[in-house]
Amino acid sequence: MKRSSLLRIKGMIRKEWLQVIRDPSSIAIAFFLPLLLLLIFGYGVSLDAKHVPLALVIEHPGPQASSFSGGFFQSPYFAPVVMPSIQEAETALRQSKVDGIVWLRENFDRDYLQKMSPPISVLVNGVDANTARLVEGYVQGIWFGWLEQEAEQAGKKLRSSVQLEQRIWFNPQVRSTDFLVPGVLAVIMTLIGALLTALVIAREWERGTMEALLVTRISVLELLLGKLIPYFILGMGGLALSLVMAEFLFHVPLRGSLWLLLVTSALFLLVALGMGLFISTIVRSQFVAALVALVSTFLPAFILSGFIFDIQSMPLIIQGITHLIAARYYVSILQTLFLVGDVWSVVLPNSAALLIMALFFLGLVYRKTRKNLE
Amino acid sequence: MGHRILALLIKEFLALFRDKKSRMAVIVPPILQLLIFGYAATFDLEHASLAIFNEDSGAISRELIGRFQGSVGFKLIGYLQSDAEIGPLIDSKEALLVLHIAKQCSANLAQGDGCPVQVIIDGRNSNTAMLALNYVRSIVSDFNQEWVEQQATGTKLPAQLTLRAWFNPNLESRWFIVPGIIALLAMIVTLVVTALSVAREREAGTFDQLLVTPLRPWEVLIGKAMPGLIVGVGEASLIILFTVFWFRIPLVGQLTTLYPALIIYVLAIIGIGLMISSFSTTLQQALLGAFLFIVPAVTLSGFSTPIANMPPFMQMLTYLNPMRYFLTIVRRVFLEGAGLEYFWQDLWPMTIIAVVTLCMATWLFRHRMY
Repeated sequence: MKRSSLLRIKGMIRKEWLQVIRDPSSIAIAFFLPLLLLLIFGYGVSLDAKHVPLALVIEHPGPQASSFSGGFFQSPYFAPVVMPSIQEAETALRQSKVDGIVWLRENFDRDYLQKMSPPISVLVNGVDANTARLVEGYVQGIWFGWLEQEAEQAGKKLRSSVQLEQRIWFNPQVRSTDFLVPGVLAVIMTLIGALLTALVIAREWERGTMEALLVTRISVLELLLGKLIPYFILGMGGLALSLVMAEFLFHVPLRGSLWLLLVTSALFLLVALGMGLFISTIVRSQFVAALVALVSTFLPAFILSGFIFDIQSMPLIIQGITHLIAARYYVSILQTLFLVGDVWSVVLPNSAALLIMALFFLGLVYRKTRKNLE
Repeated sequence: MGHRILALLIKEFLALFRDKKSRMAVIVPPILQLLIFGYAATFDLEHASLAIFNEDSGAISRELIGRFQGSVGFKLIGYLQSDAEIGPLIDSKEALLVLHIAKQCSANLAQGDGCPVQVIIDGRNSNTAMLALNYVRSIVSDFNQEWVEQQATGTKLPAQLTLRAWFNPNLESRWFIVPGIIALLAMIVTLVVTALSVAREREAGTFDQLLVTPLRPWEVLIGKAMPGLIVGVGEASLIILFTVFWFRIPLVGQLTTLYPALIIYVLAIIGIGLMISSFSTTLQQALLGAFLFIVPAVTLSGFSTPIANMPPFMQMLTYLNPMRYFLTIVRRVFLEGAGLEYFWQDLWPMTIIAVVTLCMATWLFRHRMY
């Protein structure tokens, strides 16, 4: 019994494997997709604004106005452009040629010397709120630095105040690759898992070969194992490639243990494959399965996993919904294993959640498939 | 000729909407996604978990802490008693950041010395870390400014800084993200309807039957493009309604300037979708092709991270991406009220992409590789 069962599973695996080899898109999904995604995210994505184009309008270039505006030319965050009038600067802001305006009015130097506290007007384009906020912060920094410098030159000291000392743990240089690459691994594994299996059962139904399979002596469990194992191996191959790239191309430190990383990734892959099989089993039409896979994988893993957008900042209902997204748990595990180490208080609960989801999806697939046998 | 195209159109719509599951799969998810992502995708920090280790007993630290408690950005989860508690709290993600106020802070300040305040932030997600740091900085610098002015009674600071943001005065990132979702979902829906529909016919073998009918290639193109156009523009209109009436994002500009851009954008996506489907013989290949386009297109569009921050080579690649142009247009029409003269430079490259991809798709119908 046991041996014949193994034999049937082997036959099933062989059949799937032949299908994989004959339509190379599965191999492309497992190996080309991670390559492309890692290159794009590793090199292309960053939220750190640098060289922001800024219009400087200095109506009367006196010594104070010049010393203040000098700070902008030295800052790596700005690419200042001097403009003769505020009208011209506002037109440039409207045309998106600059992202902000710093405006020193004509009487700036005079009022400064007469201690009338002249205003420095800063206008930013608020459409991209995140960048606008960063720009405001940088301008404030330059302004405060200039005030201190002026006070020092006058032989006084600016009243000392709270001095903020910042420590960013785990990623002190704030390299965004170090946090993006582990996060994008979760997106990659979600895509690989679901894309590989979303169509495989629906295809059998659509082509009528499912019935041919069902009349053989193969049991549901054997059938599912035969479907799962080849794609699991492909997915792990994709993972291996991604890990090699993360380590040797992007030099993301791996502070936790590799074994734990592999085990949790295998667990996540089971969830992703299970989800794909589930879609495939429920809808039985390749077209609809492809639609569902398209909408239910990439965007949720991208937006709801905490990979780019912070989950704690979301409204409570949405936070609840993120608990249904497997990538959320995996992102948490990956970012911890890569940047912190084996922190069990993070790894264990998240792995448990993944295990439950894997059992849930695979269990559902098992039940749904058996029903159809009867 | 007209009735041939009409017949094809009827067939296409039947194929798309006859089946209840496929009808649901086309119409429902975009609205659902808009509602979920519209709330989820935000760069505004809200109730980030904050723990405080206060070694000072004076009034100043209390006032500083009060400012953090009053900010919507942070949620105070507790006070620490020792240095040793900081590590585990951050490691386990219970706290995103810890504020450590040194001994004698108030006393030092009163004597004219500085008060060091250390902020320790979990950098696992460096994006959130920078966001939190920015909030901390702005609270501390407001505090400092008032402190300095309060101490030096009578004399003001030598110069004042006034900050003002145009188009989005409260700097709400939702105003930036939600119009972006219009571009995102319009692309996905259109691509799905076009790329998958031809691939399905290829796999079923009915596409060859279509090609031997008297229909000319461009008639086939129209028949295949129209459902995508109608579904894409229709779905986008629905999302625009939600954006304006549900999310209350101000629509400053004119819909009459937005719609021509939307139609050209959808046409460009249709061209790409049809090209993908001409290269694929099975649905699996089309699905892969759709993803190979969608994922880079979303990443390199400026949807979540600004294009200006990308390295020059990646910035060059974004010029090939229709989503990049439409994203800029939709945001500018919504928030800035930009008219055609302001986004012309984004409209013409998108038009060229649409013309080129549609022509290539027509050509590929007849001259496909396999």
